[in-house]
Formats: sequence, structure tokens, C-alpha cells
Amino acid sequence: MQPSGIRAFFDLVLGMKDVISLGVGEPDFVTPWQIREEGISSLEQGFTSYTSNKGLYKLRLSIARYLKNKCGLEYDPDEEILITVGVSEGVDIALRALINPGDKILIPAPCYVSYGPMTELAGGTAVYIDMKQTGFKLTPKLLEKHIDKKTKALLLNYPSNPLGVSYKKKELEEINKVLLKHKILCISDEVYGDLTYDFNHTHFATLPQAKNNTLYLDGFSKSYAMTGWRVGYACGPKEIIAAMTKIHQYSIMCVNITAQMAACEALHSGRKSVEEMKREYRRRRDFMVDGLNSLGLTCAKPEGAFYVFPCVKKSGMKAMEFAQGLLKEQKVAVVPGAAFGSGFDDYVRMCYALNFDSLKEALRRIALFLKK
Amino acid sequence: MEEILEILEKDARTSPEDIAKMLKKKPQDVRLAIKKLEKEGVILKYKAVINKRLLKSEESSVSAIIEVNITPQKDVGFDKIAERIYSFPEVTSCYLLSGTYDLLLVVEGKNIHTVSSFVAEKLSCLENVRGTATHFMLKKYKEDGVILKHKEENKRIAISY
Repeated sequence: MQPSGIRAFFDLVLGMKDVISLGVGEPDFVTPWQIREEGISSLEQGFTSYTSNKGLYKLRLSIARYLKNKCGLEYDPDEEILITVGVSEGVDIALRALINPGDKILIPAPCYVSYGPMTELAGGTAVYIDMKQTGFKLTPKLLEKHIDKKTKALLLNYPSNPLGVSYKKKELEEINKVLLKHKILCISDEVYGDLTYDFNHTHFATLPQAKNNTLYLDGFSKSYAMTGWRVGYACGPKEIIAAMTKIHQYSIMCVNITAQMAACEALHSGRKSVEEMKREYRRRRDFMVDGLNSLGLTCAKPEGAFYVFPCVKKSGMKAMEFAQGLLKEQKVAVVPGAAFGSGFDDYVRMCYALNFDSLKEALRRIALFLKK
Repeated sequence: MEEILEILEKDARTSPEDIAKMLKKKPQDVRLAIKKLEKEGVILKYKAVINKRLLKSEESSVSAIIEVNITPQKDVGFDKIAERIYSFPEVTSCYLLSGTYDLLLVVEGKNIHTVSSFVAEKLSCLENVRGTATHFMLKKYKEDGVILKHKEENKRIAISY
């Protein structure tokens, strides 16, 4: 399903040594020790069994309490929360639970790689909303233009992978109005929500009348640096959670217990680490954006996550040629925009979840590459 | 201001220019802020953290933790005698503690004899020192927040979404 050129390019990256890779999609930090320690001690105590299909009650309760304290968002841990294998599974089973043959899912593009394929695999039609003309932001007008009778849901991701772009409360309210008007569900992937740098992240479900119309997906991977543990959660109306749980219980059974117990600890004691990492990412972002701008590689303002999506037109090259050249000549890896949707051949995604020395060196090498 | 400290505490070599980029400030303002922190004594010194275990044996040293009981003096309490003790170059750290003893010292010397003679001939003879207990250090695992071990290479795969 992926353009074959991208695959070949990735193989090239993986086969090369000493590459500075801006092509990753995960934190460079390891999971904070107190969280890892909890995983170890849960194993020592012999917690090696299945958990309930929906996930450990303790974890669901912790998530419910955390959300209530954080933003007043109330979910019933019994019926409205499901623990998933990362947000990836959440997206997958949500689409499988919701889509009837021929249903359309709106996907603002560029977007995370799996949204389209998973929609198609679930028997739906992926309708991409190209945001190039609107500064890489979804506007109410643009959204409305793509809605028709078969539209089932909007799959929104903010802060966005690959853009880093996010939305303020006001902007989300406008989007929400359109969705309510047309009775379209919002599947809101907010896995980067904690990594929002310039303003407070607004959960979509907290918008007026949005809660019953929103499936909120989140996870521990990005904010707690827990990508390999694979723990996410879905919160939403109990009918949707029940339908998702049906698929989940047959295909997954439950998320592994060690990871679930570690996730409990993350909510319990991990907030300080999240804030520290967030400050570090913000500094790296500002460093990176400044560097790229001075090289003439401009990008939409990344307000969150750890990505920038600069335009490489200035180099006179298309993204793939740029990425291949940069890799071969300077050993810096970036991801060509085509990986995130068609029509983004002038863009690459760069990840700044990297230590400063490497970022600095990467910028130096990009500058050298551009000079040639 | 606090964020400049956070950056320098992680890597004191970070240049004012780079800090300025990270914090969206002017390099000159960062330079001034650092000067001010230095002048106020908030930043005392910049140094490298060295794993001495990896040095050649001639340059190696031993460390000891020493508990010291002292008799406080009128008006100045422990400060005066603490100053006499911490001024010895052998003393690399000195803390006043609550509990069964008063001062905790970290003392470094070329070998076990140098440290012993420091304790016997200098420290114990001080007028207000009532007693000492010396513990030689066998291995340092972590110092000032730094784990004294070469970091393993990053295990992330080079491309992921």
C-alpha cells in the first residue's frame, strides 16, 4: 500500500552505518526509571497472567481520575475506557467497529501512515483532505467541502505526525460545530497532546457537546517515552467502546500485563519526567526551526509533537531526490513527504527527538548538502 | 533564567548562541544572563565529570567517606571548624548532617596511606574534632547525577513512523 520508492529508500537507510537519523518516530529518551522499575517488580511479584479484556481495572480507573483532574473530562472506567496496544490498535479497531461498507472517513493530509490503509482494510473509503492551501491546518470550510452523505467520521490527529501542527481551543470549536451539524463522529488521536509547547492542549471531547460525539484515543508511547511497551487507551461513548471491545477481545485478548502495570506507575509518578522531556523537546524544536529557516527550508509552525515538515523546493529537488542525496552524501536520514500522502513531494519529515550535538551536526550537514 | 541553568547543568559547554536559539532569545541577552548568574554566585564553576577508573594506574586515586564528630564553638557553631576542615585540598566535599555524627567528608588521596595520614595527622588532631570514622570507597556507581558508565548506543531503529 505504500509507494514502493519509499520502501526501497528505507532499506537503504537501514543498511547504512553511522547515519544521523531524523527519520525516527519516537523519543530518544528511555522510559523513566520509576516506570521501568515498576515493570520489573511486577514480574518479580509474579504478575504474568491475562488481565480483563478491557485492561486492568486499576489502569482504567487511573486514566479516568487523571482525565478528570486534568480537564474535567469524565469517563466511566467500566464501560467507557478500553486499554489498547498503543494508539495504533485503537485506530484499527475503532475503524473496524464503526465502518459499514462504503462509509467514508475524512483524513486531513499529510497524515500518519496507517490511517488510510486501516480505513481501507476495514472496508471504508479514505477521503484525504489536502491541507497545503490552508497552511497545513484543517479549517471548517475545507472540512465542510469534503463532507457528503457517506461520511462517517473525521480522523483528526493533533499535534500532528508528520506536521507538528496543533490547534487552539477556538479552532477546534469551529471544527466541532461542523461535525455536530453534519452528525459526523470525531476520532481524535491525541497521542502527542502532552507534547504541546506554545499553548495548552485542548482535548476534543471537552468542547461543547463533543463528548458523546468523540472517540478519544491516547497512549503512553510519546509523552512517557514508552513506545516499545505498546499501551494506549480509547475513551468514548459506551456503545462504541463495547463494539471495539468485541473486536479487541478476539484479536488481542488483552494488553500485556507488565506494560499495563508500568503504565499505572507512569500516571502515578511520571508527570515530572513528562514535563522535563517536554521542555527539552521545546528547546530542540526552537533550535531546529531556527536552523532550518536560516537554510531556507521553511516549515509550518510546529506547535507540538517532535516533527517538522519543511518544504525542500528551494533545493531544486523533489523530496525523494533530496532524501536520497542527503543520505548518500551526508549520511543524514529524513522521511520523504510521500510517505504521508500523495501530493507532498516537496516536503520531508524531520524528527528532532535527538540530542543537541546530533541535531547541530545534522543541520551542519544539511547546510553542506544544500551548498552543493 | 532557570531554563538557562537547566541547559548548562546538562551540558556546560552549550554556547550562548545555541542557548539563544533554543530559548528564542538574543545571544547577547543570554550572555548577560549567564554573566549575572556567575556574578551572583549561582553558577560557581564549570567542570568535567571524569570517570577516574578509566585512568592509567599512576594517576589513580582513592576516596574515603569520613564521619566526623566535632564540638561546636560558641557563637559560630560548626561553621568555623568546618571551614578549617574543608579548606584542606584533600577534602572534596563537606556536609553538616543531623544524626549521630556532625560532618560528612569526602576525602581523596593518591593511595590508602595518604588518606590515612591525612586523617591521623591532620584531621584527628584538630582541637574540636572528637572522633572520626573512615570508610574507604570501593566503587563509584553514580556521582552528582551522572552514572559512571559508558552509555550504550542508542537502540532505536533508524526509520519509524
